[in-house]
Amino acid sequence: MLYIDCPYCGKRAHEEFTYIGDATKKRPDGAEKNDPAWVDYVYTRDNPRGPHLELWHHGLGCREVVKVLRNILTHEILGAGRPADEIPLPETETKP
Amino acid sequence: MIRGKEQQPFRISEGGEIERTRPLSFSFDGKSYTGYEGDTLASALLANGIKLVGRSFKYHRPRGIYSAGPEEPNALVNLRSGGRQEPNTRATQIELFAGLEAESQNRWPSLALDVMGVNDLASRFLFAGFYYKTFMGMPGWHFYEHFIRKAAGMGTAEHVSDPDLYDKMHGHADIVVVGAGPAGLAAALTAGRSGARVFLIDENDKPGGRLRSERETIDGKPAMDWAASTLAELEEMENATILRRATAFGYYDGDTIAVLERISDHLPVPAPFQVRQRRWLIHAKKVLLATGSTERPLVFDGNDRPGVMLAGAARTYANRFAVRPGKHAVVFANNDDGYRTALDLAEAGIEVRGVIDPRTGGQGPLKEDVIAQGIDVVRGAVVVRTHGYLGLAGVDIADLGTLQSGTTPETRFIPCDLLATGGGWSPNVHLYSHQSGKPVYDSAIAAFVPGESRMNDRSIGAARGRFSLGDCLADGYTAGQETAEALGFTTGAVTDIPSTDEQATGPLKILWQVPALPGRKGRRFVDLQDDVTADDIKLAQSEGYVSVEHLKRYTTLGMGTDQGKTSNINGHGVLAEARGLDVSEVGTTTFRPPYTPVAIGAFAGREIGRHQNPVRRTPMHDWHLAHGAQMVEAGLWMRPQYYLGKDEPNSREAMFKAIERETLAVRNSAGISDVSTLGKIDIQGPDAAELLNRVYINGWKTLAVGKARYGVMLREDGVALDDGTTSRIGENHYYMTTTTAEAGPVMEHLELHLQVHWPDLDVKVASVSDEWAAMAIAGPNSRAILQDLFPQVDLSNEGFPFMGVREAKLGAFPARIFRISFSGELAYEIAVPAGYGEAAWERCLAVGEAHGLVPYGLEALNILRIEKGHVTVAEIDGRVSAADLGFGKMMSSKKRFIGDALVTRDGMDDPSRPTLVGLTPVDGKTRIRAGSILVEDPKTPPPVPKLGHVSSTAPVSPNVGHPISLGLLKDGPNRIGDTVWAVFPLKGEAVHVKVTSPNVYDVEGARLHG
Repeated sequence: MLYIDCPYCGKRAHEEFTYIGDATKKRPDGAEKNDPAWVDYVYTRDNPRGPHLELWHHGLGCREVVKVLRNILTHEILGAGRPADEIPLPETETKP
Repeated sequence: MIRGKEQQPFRISEGGEIERTRPLSFSFDGKSYTGYEGDTLASALLANGIKLVGRSFKYHRPRGIYSAGPEEPNALVNLRSGGRQEPNTRATQIELFAGLEAESQNRWPSLALDVMGVNDLASRFLFAGFYYKTFMGMPGWHFYEHFIRKAAGMGTAEHVSDPDLYDKMHGHADIVVVGAGPAGLAAALTAGRSGARVFLIDENDKPGGRLRSERETIDGKPAMDWAASTLAELEEMENATILRRATAFGYYDGDTIAVLERISDHLPVPAPFQVRQRRWLIHAKKVLLATGSTERPLVFDGNDRPGVMLAGAARTYANRFAVRPGKHAVVFANNDDGYRTALDLAEAGIEVRGVIDPRTGGQGPLKEDVIAQGIDVVRGAVVVRTHGYLGLAGVDIADLGTLQSGTTPETRFIPCDLLATGGGWSPNVHLYSHQSGKPVYDSAIAAFVPGESRMNDRSIGAARGRFSLGDCLADGYTAGQETAEALGFTTGAVTDIPSTDEQATGPLKILWQVPALPGRKGRRFVDLQDDVTADDIKLAQSEGYVSVEHLKRYTTLGMGTDQGKTSNINGHGVLAEARGLDVSEVGTTTFRPPYTPVAIGAFAGREIGRHQNPVRRTPMHDWHLAHGAQMVEAGLWMRPQYYLGKDEPNSREAMFKAIERETLAVRNSAGISDVSTLGKIDIQGPDAAELLNRVYINGWKTLAVGKARYGVMLREDGVALDDGTTSRIGENHYYMTTTTAEAGPVMEHLELHLQVHWPDLDVKVASVSDEWAAMAIAGPNSRAILQDLFPQVDLSNEGFPFMGVREAKLGAFPARIFRISFSGELAYEIAVPAGYGEAAWERCLAVGEAHGLVPYGLEALNILRIEKGHVTVAEIDGRVSAADLGFGKMMSSKKRFIGDALVTRDGMDDPSRPTLVGLTPVDGKTRIRAGSILVEDPKTPPPVPKLGHVSSTAPVSPNVGHPISLGLLKDGPNRIGDTVWAVFPLKGEAVHVKVTSPNVYDVEGARLHG
C-alpha cells in the first residue's frame, strides 16, 4: 500500500485514486491539421527511470485531480499537490 | 493408549511436543492410521512407518518425506475431499486433525505400482527440454500436447465450489517481526517493551522456530522454556499482536506485509460462520525479517529415495515429534550439523551406522562426542549411491578425493533405512527479495544473504546467515531495541540477553555435487519437485543456457510449488562449476510472492458471488420486479429487459411476444420506460455555457432557457466519447445527460479539464445521477397522457415544442419535463427527485392506462432506436469519429472544442472510413448477428478484405416487418442500395444484406411532432 498526501483530504491510501495522466504535458493551444504539438500531448510519453510527475484523480475521495511526484522505478510517492503547484524533483535520483 | 502405540511402531515413548493422551485417527490412501495431537501429517505417517508418500513430477519415481517444513518438495498430497479438496498440500505443514483424509498424487493405479514409472526407465531420453525438442514443430504438436501435459500434472483440482469463508483484514504496526524463532521472539520482546505497536507473525501453530526441533538450552534450561516465558510476556502486552499459523507470503510497496492466517485449517471443518483463512495486509513502519534458513540437500546418485531426508528434518522428527524416521541411520553432511544429527538420532534410539563427512579436517568438538558414543566417523568420504526402490535399503560410500580425480574408487555398502543429509543452510531471503533486494553471495556459508535494503527492513538471525543460537538471540535483542529507538521509542539498555550452551562448529566444505561414479549414469537430483538433475543442468549449460534465468526456464529448476527452496542454490552451484565460475558470478534468480501457495479464496475474501460487484437499482426497481420485468445487467445497473404478462411463464416465444407487444405499443399508443440509469450532471456557474461549448462539438451559446440540445463530445484524440442532451434550466444552470455506460468517464473528463486545464472557468459540475429518477413516455398518445399528468402545462407544439424543457409539479412532486425522443415518436422525459420515482412512475401508469400506456424494456427501446438509426455505446465504441456516425456537419468551425485538433488529422478525416449505415437481410427474414464482419464476397480467398462490422441488431422489427441492423461500412453513404455480406465465421454464418440509410422508419420525422 502506498499513500498519497491529497492536498484537500490529507494522507489517503492509493486505492482511492486513479492514475489519469502525465502531469508534465501542457495542453497545446493550436488547432492546425496534424499539429505535432497535439500528437506529442496525446501520444508521446516519457518513461523516466526515477521520479515522474503524474495526475491522479481522487475518485473515491474529494474527486479532485492531484499532482503526484512518484518514482516509477521504486513506486515511492515523493510528493503531492494541486495541479498548478510546482513540485520540485528530488536533487539526487532515488536509488533503484 | 496402548492401541495407538501399536499402530505407531516408530513412535518414541517419551518426549516431544505431541499429546499422547489425545490420539487422532486419519486416513492416507484409504487406509486408517493413528497419530497424536501436535503431529503433522508427515510426522504421523513416519510414526506409522509410512515412507513412500508420492510419485515425482516427471519420472514418477517413488518419493518420501524429505523435510519438516514449507520447503517440502516431495510429500505433496491431496487433502480433504469435495469442495474442500486441496491438491499439492505439503504433508509437513498439515496439522493432524481427527478424521483427516489425504491421498497421494501423480500415481496410477496405486502408489506402489505406478504405470508412468516407465518414465524413470526411459529417463535418459527425458532430458531437459525433451518434450519441446522432440515434439515442437512436428505436425502433430497440438495432438501430442494434450498427452504430454496430462503425463506431467501433479494434483488435480475439484470442480465444486469451496464452501468455506475467507476474510481480509488490515493491520497497522510500528514494527512487524516475521518469524518467531529465537531471533524473532527476542526482537519482538525488546521492541514490544518499548511500547511500539508490534506484530509478530509465525507460520507454525506455536512460536519457537528451530528451538522446537533442537536440544539446546538457554540460561541452562530447555530453550523452549525461554520461548514460553518470552511469549507469555508478549501476550501480556496490549501493543503486541501475535499471529500464529500465519505465513507472511509477500513484502509489497510501502512496507506492506501480506499474511495468510490459517484460522481453521487445523480443524476438521471450520465452526459455523468461522472463516477458514484470513488474508492480512499489515502496514509497517519497520520490518524485521527473522525468517530463518532452509537446509540444502546434498546432490548424489539416488538422493531422492524414500528414506533420504534432510538432517535438520530428521532432528525435528526425533526431537519435536518423538518419531524415529528410521531404525538404522547413516548421516552424510558437509558440516558439523552431521555430528549434531548423529547425537540426536542416537539419543532417540536409532542405530547410527556412520557419519560420512566429505571434510578431512576442521570439524568442531561435536565430532569427538560422536566418536565417544562409538559411532563410526568416515572423513573425506561421500555417499556415491543409494540402494532400494520403494524405500532406502542402504548406501555406498567412497573416498571423495579418488572420485574427484576421475578414477573409480572402492565403495563400501552400509545397510540403512534412513540417510540424514545436509549441505548447509541457506537464509530465507524470499521476503527481502520481494521488494527488489539483491542478495549477495557469502562463500563462508555457501549461500546468499540479504544485501542492501530498499525499504525499511532488516534481516536478523539465521535469515542473514547468523546460524548459532547465541548469534540469533543477540541479533534479535539488539535489532528490536535499535528499531524501536529509531522510531522514537525508549527501550533502555538491554540487560537480559541469555546465555546458550552450544558448541563451536567448524567451517563447512562447499560440495555442490558428488561426482557420479565413472561409467554410471545415476540420477543426482538437484530439484526434487521438478525432477531436475545435475546432468540436466550440465546439458543446459552446454547448450548455451548459461544465465541462471535461462537455466531456470529451460530446465524448470526451482519452478515448482516450492519455488526451489531446497534446490536453487545447489543448481546455481552446479552451473557455476560447469562454467568454471564462482557462484557469486552466476548470481541467483529472483524470489517472488507468494512464499508458499495461497488459496484464491483468500484473495477474494467475501467479494464473491453476489458480492463481487455492487448492484445498482433504479428507484422503480421493485415495481419492475412486481410487474413481470425480466431484468438484465447493464454495467452495474439492473434494467428491465422486457415485461411478461401476469402469470405468463418465461420462454423464448414469450420473450419475442413481449418485445413485439411493447414495440408496437410505443408506435401505436404509448409506452413508458425507466431511463433513470442515464448519467446526469448538474452544471452551474456563469461559465457553464462556455464549458459546454468546449466539451461538445456543436455550439451552445445560443441555447435559450427552457430548451434542450443534443450534443456529441470527443476525446482529446478526436475519437467520439459520448452523446446526450443537455438542457438549460436557468440562466447559469444546465442539466447534462450522458449514456448509462459513459456516465463515470464523462464526469471524470469534465473534472479533469475544469481542474487542470481551465481552472479559470467559473463553473461547477456535480453528478446527480442518483438524485433523479427519470422515465420516458413515448408514442402518439404521450401528449394526452402528459396533459392528464400536468393539466397546468401548455403541451401544444407551440407552447411546448420539440426540445423544450419545463419545470412543473406532478401532483405534489417537483418535476422536470423534457420533450426529447430516442424512439422517434412524440415523446417526453419526466425527471423527479429519486425518492418520488416509484410513486411518479405508478401515477404515470395509472393516468396512462386509459391511453394504452404500457411499460417497455431495453429490448423494445433498442429496436425503436435502431429503426430510427440512433446510436448508443455499441456505435460510440471508442474507435469512431463524429463524422463516422454522421455528425460531421455538427462540428462547429466557429469555436474550439475538445478533440478539434486531432479530429482533422490524416486518417480521421478520410472519406472512405467506415460510416454508419442501416442493414436489411436481402431475404427479409434472416437475423444479422451483432459483431458480424461486412465483406464484399465471402467466397473470396482469404484474407477477405474487411469493409466494416455490424454494431447493433434487432432480430425483429414489428414496425418495418423484418430484422434490421446498424453497422459501420466503408464509404457508407455511397453504398446505399448495394448489397454486401455480413459474415460470422465462428458460427459459420453469412447473411446477404442490403445497405440502407440508418433511419428506416418515419424517415421524414413527422411522428416526432405528434
